[in-house]
Amino acid sequence: MEAYLSLFVKAVFVENIALAFFLGMCTFLAVSKRIPTAFGLGIAVIVVTGITVPLNNLVYRHLLREEALASIGLGGVDLTFVGLISYIGVIAASVQILEMFLDKYVPSLYNALGIFLPLITVNCAILGGSLFMVERDYGFGESVVFALGSGLGWALAIVALAGIREKMRYSDVPHGLRGLGITFMTVGLMAMAFMAFSGIQL
Amino acid sequence: MKVLRQLLDAAEPHFTHDGKLKPLYPIYELIDTFLYTPADVTKNASHVRDGIDLKRLMITVAVGLTPCIFMAMWNTGYQANLAMAHLGMESADGWRGVIIDIFGIGYDPTSLLANLVHGALFFVPVFLVCNMVGGFWEALFAMIRGHEVNEGFLVTGILFPLTLPPTIPLWQVAIGISFGVVIGKEIFGGTGKNFLNPALTARAFLYFAYPAQISGDKVWIAVDGYSKATPLGQVPADGMEALTGSMTKMQAFLGTIPGSMGETSVLACLIGAVILIGSGIGSWRIMLSMTIATVVLGALLHMVDSTTNSMFAMDPVWHLLLGGYAFGCVFMATDPVSASFTNLGKWLFGGLIGVMTILIRVVNPAFPEGVMLAILFGNTFAPVFDYLVVQANVRRRALRTAV
Repeated sequence: MEAYLSLFVKAVFVENIALAFFLGMCTFLAVSKRIPTAFGLGIAVIVVTGITVPLNNLVYRHLLREEALASIGLGGVDLTFVGLISYIGVIAASVQILEMFLDKYVPSLYNALGIFLPLITVNCAILGGSLFMVERDYGFGESVVFALGSGLGWALAIVALAGIREKMRYSDVPHGLRGLGITFMTVGLMAMAFMAFSGIQL
Repeated sequence: MKVLRQLLDAAEPHFTHDGKLKPLYPIYELIDTFLYTPADVTKNASHVRDGIDLKRLMITVAVGLTPCIFMAMWNTGYQANLAMAHLGMESADGWRGVIIDIFGIGYDPTSLLANLVHGALFFVPVFLVCNMVGGFWEALFAMIRGHEVNEGFLVTGILFPLTLPPTIPLWQVAIGISFGVVIGKEIFGGTGKNFLNPALTARAFLYFAYPAQISGDKVWIAVDGYSKATPLGQVPADGMEALTGSMTKMQAFLGTIPGSMGETSVLACLIGAVILIGSGIGSWRIMLSMTIATVVLGALLHMVDSTTNSMFAMDPVWHLLLGGYAFGCVFMATDPVSASFTNLGKWLFGGLIGVMTILIRVVNPAFPEGVMLAILFGNTFAPVFDYLVVQANVRRRALRTAV
């Protein structure tokens, strides 16, 4: 239990996927103008990582890994070279299914998430989560905890950024820096503040 | 005085309208408003009649900082003179030794004057470099962007040198304040428009860029060849006994311990706190909630008492006394620009900083001191706190008026 807790804290704060690894930057920068939308996107990312990373964990451990197919008589087969495309396929498929499911049964949530759901199919934070899971060789339980943690960390970061950007509407940024330029610098400064966690050993 | 006013009035046409020195108007304005109260009044409707303006606000903070400046100079000199007596040195190296020898002031650690002068010889160059370089950027942006040189810089220019160790190379001071003023403040449009405290941005930049000089593993005493671990670095390495053996709580409270120049004395910071709270400029909510959070979490961790991490054994009172805690709590966290605006938001903001400070100090072995990063972290989330408080209020009022 304690190991899961420290993995969770590590995924949320210490190895924050947005501000320590700078993954998922495109949506992070583009959809952080207002807090409510940022919040919605954050929730969507938590849900999608929470589903896809454990799914990919199963795919990796029972299909792709070396000797994973030995039980059905295919010993010595190593399918890790199709890892990337499989993970993306799993992510795209599960997002599609989730979208249709929400559309049919939970229309309010479907409307709240809107365009963000299909958008995060191509979010690198989601794929990054799966790749970290493979690289660090997480078990199924660990992959669930890690997925929820990294999604929450990303959501926290985008909500904080949206808060700062809402406040920055009153700022007087030089013309050349307006828009993305100042957002990049803001994210850099935020990452400096998040360095408070770097070095925590859990 | 009249001559000065006439001189300024005579110079004014050169800086306004079609004068040749028009680009330099912000400099003229700076000098003029520094010396005299501006005559401008609001011309349109909706007046707020209040004696306080940004200038008076910032100057009050500067007044509140004077005890810290005094302690910075005295304690730097005191520590240096103590170390010299300990090492048996007769005279300081370099130009500082020459100056002290010319005036025959000596190096007696019990003499107020000797300590003040020796400390001032360390503090004043850092202070001057900081204000010249920072002032240059401030004036440059003011001229190009057409805003006025702001009093906010006055406070940044005092806060930043006070957070630095006396042994810091002056070129690092220049780089640090440049980063703080330009990236931390001016690119957002100047005072009041930034989201991080500029002095802390500068300090954190130096902290990560030049950890060898500033990270706080080694204590900074302004004498060559004299070093030991800082109090907060000592405890994880050698346990609480090493700390209680080297200083008493009273010493830590008065500030006669080594550390960054302005941050050691809790007493000086408390005097500043009285001035800030009394004049209504510093938020008592932030200071109080930060202290409560630190004491509560510090006491909790103190009760847990881990065997592997001796920082757990540090009681909350030590947490309040050591490092930059008091200085950060009184002067940095209460920065009205980068803190939360709503009252409830201020409680949350202070609480977050207090919790983070303890977490970084106790749980994170990479950094011995946590106040600076905790405040920057708090700054990052301050707008979200405001948003949540405002939205909760909107919802409550909507419910109340719903028929």
